[in-house]
Amino acid sequence: MSLNCKDLLGLEHLDKKELQTILDSVKPFKDLFTRSVKKAPTLIGKTVVTLFYEPSTRTRNSFEIAAKRLSADVVNVTVGTSSVVKGESLIDTGKTLEAMKADYIIIRHSLAGAPDILARNLNASIINAGDGFHEHPTQGLLDLYTMYEKKKKFEGLKVLLVGDILHSRVAKSNIWALTKMGAEVAVSGPPTLIPEDIKNLGVKVYYDLDEAVKNADVVNILRIQLERQQENLFPSVHEYVELYQLTKERLGLAKPGVLIMHPGPMNRGIEISSDVADSKNAVINEQVTNGIAVRMAVLYLLKKRKNVSSN
Amino acid sequence: MYLQIKNIRIVDPSQNKDVVGDILIEDGKIVSKFSNSEKIDIVDGRGKIAVPGLIDVHAHLREPGQEGKETIYTGTRSAAKGGITTILCMPNTKPPIDNAPTVEFIIFKAQKEGIVNVFPIGCATKGSLGVELSEIGVLKKAGIVAVSDDGLPVMNSQIMRRTLEYTKMFKLPVISHSEDKELSKNGAMNEGKNSMILGLRGIPRQAEEVMISRDIMLAELTSGYLHIAHVSTEGSVNLVRQAKKKGIKVTAETCPHYFSLTDDIVKVYDANTKINPPLREKRDVAAIKKGLADGTIDCIATDHAPHTQEEKNREFDLAPFGIIGFETMLSLVLSELVDKEVLSLSEAIAKMSLNPAKIFNLENRGSLKEDSIADITIIDPKYFYEFTKESTVSKSKNSPFIGRKFKGGAVMTIVSGNIVWQK
Repeated sequence: MSLNCKDLLGLEHLDKKELQTILDSVKPFKDLFTRSVKKAPTLIGKTVVTLFYEPSTRTRNSFEIAAKRLSADVVNVTVGTSSVVKGESLIDTGKTLEAMKADYIIIRHSLAGAPDILARNLNASIINAGDGFHEHPTQGLLDLYTMYEKKKKFEGLKVLLVGDILHSRVAKSNIWALTKMGAEVAVSGPPTLIPEDIKNLGVKVYYDLDEAVKNADVVNILRIQLERQQENLFPSVHEYVELYQLTKERLGLAKPGVLIMHPGPMNRGIEISSDVADSKNAVINEQVTNGIAVRMAVLYLLKKRKNVSSN
Repeated sequence: MYLQIKNIRIVDPSQNKDVVGDILIEDGKIVSKFSNSEKIDIVDGRGKIAVPGLIDVHAHLREPGQEGKETIYTGTRSAAKGGITTILCMPNTKPPIDNAPTVEFIIFKAQKEGIVNVFPIGCATKGSLGVELSEIGVLKKAGIVAVSDDGLPVMNSQIMRRTLEYTKMFKLPVISHSEDKELSKNGAMNEGKNSMILGLRGIPRQAEEVMISRDIMLAELTSGYLHIAHVSTEGSVNLVRQAKKKGIKVTAETCPHYFSLTDDIVKVYDANTKINPPLREKRDVAAIKKGLADGTIDCIATDHAPHTQEEKNREFDLAPFGIIGFETMLSLVLSELVDKEVLSLSEAIAKMSLNPAKIFNLENRGSLKEDSIADITIIDPKYFYEFTKESTVSKSKNSPFIGRKFKGGAVMTIVSGNIVWQK
């Protein structure tokens, strides 16, 4: 098994078969975690660089652990946000890393399309670890895998995404993956945070969260960025909590076995109440564990690409 | 100086003329017969078409101040290669064209190093800051043919009103880059399905349409000479059409990319597709064509906006807006409008010669009538070529049309009777 591509830029570009290939590859890596030696020799002698232009602990650590468990050499490069605008250009930075013989560059960037631009200009494999409002494909995949693990199938599965859909790369990757796998996707949030055109992706829109949670098998809650309030996208945190916080009461409206997910980091007491986050329906910590296994699978599958080149 | 172009198809919208014949040029002017029959240079025009020299009413030559992108030397050569004989250049240079010395510098440079005519456009407000009117009378004396704060639209309605009012005494058109900067804030492409998928902030059509509505109302209030730059949306076309029906004095231009491309090509984050106003959608392209066909849109201009490779080959959000256009305008008009029967050849040429000359009061240009200045573009309708980076003579290569194969284009450009470029 392998993917036909050198890069993972977004889930928009993968078809159902490829998504299934990734899902099917995760389990052996996850099984590794319960052994005393949690390491496989898959990427021995390979260099993986994480190039983060945006602060992140969770995703970067997850990739670093994934790569190390595959025996790769890992280098972490953190670039201050200010150097996006001045200083060395993205392409030059990428070329420098390639000159150091990086085989994989895992990039997080605040601007959409940065991974695409690197991929176009470099031979190394580029993995998108989140770019602006575009995509966060490995988060999408780990969400997908967590649902698959718990619910076994996607056909007819009702998944609800709650919050800032407009600015969410997680939502975008979830929507691409889930709709391709046959799940029914709905979103809920204020109209200012839900683009009209989302309907064109086969997604149902609910402005009323109570209505939306009723039929859901999975509720994936997105982190709300507090600076959106300053852009007048919602009037106050107080009102957001009132309308869109997933509370115990709202959870009561959903199906008994509903899965509660959150890509983290959570704003407890804002988009999610603590009792919901800590409830037995929540699989938030399992998402983190699965994240490592999913990223190992991605590194493994991209590795076996044709024409491996490291010049 | 005698030049005779023989046996050529002459298409001149100013005379409703489409005949095969000869064009005679003496001392830079078109004549009906030579005063002397010695030393006549002959050009064989068989199979070619002669049209009035193309006038591009919207271009950025970047000099002074941004010579890394373009200079008057390179820009005028690029224009000549595209069959353009006259350029109106926008004032967002460094320093901006808000003072007479800068106007004089550009005119002097163009005469010294340029090979086509260059007419500067002055800033509507000092520094294009939208606060105080520039010394428009002084600028007019120095040689500007219009005013505009292109790229930095006049957001203050009172200032726009004053500009439209004040310029009336000089009969200077006010070119409006109509954009509500609040609605377009941080936007990088058209707002719609594609911007959502790509995760780029969108610029809604309404950012343009709101300001066109305002400007039309102010034109009605002031009876000023309003010219709307680069119309890109269906709604904008409708607004201009309605205004004209009401008898409001307004003219409009569009650019080749707005009738040739949609935002589908933004897909791979190639900043050579990043333009302001942004590429829109199919229905807008259709509406622009309709607006051209029914006369709502008077002119086709390039909005030639050179930027260096370093500036463009980077994160989409950080790359500047704009594409080069001198060398592709005519071929795009021929292939997208004339071949597809949106416009007749004569109608198409009128929008790049006669109409611009009228709107911007360029005397004795835009026509092949006797006594006109002999600015002539020779077209070969069977000229097949590929537009490549290497073939471009502009200093910049930022075009979404790189790699496009064309049929039909300019093969000779004549300015004041001199052949300034030929294939």
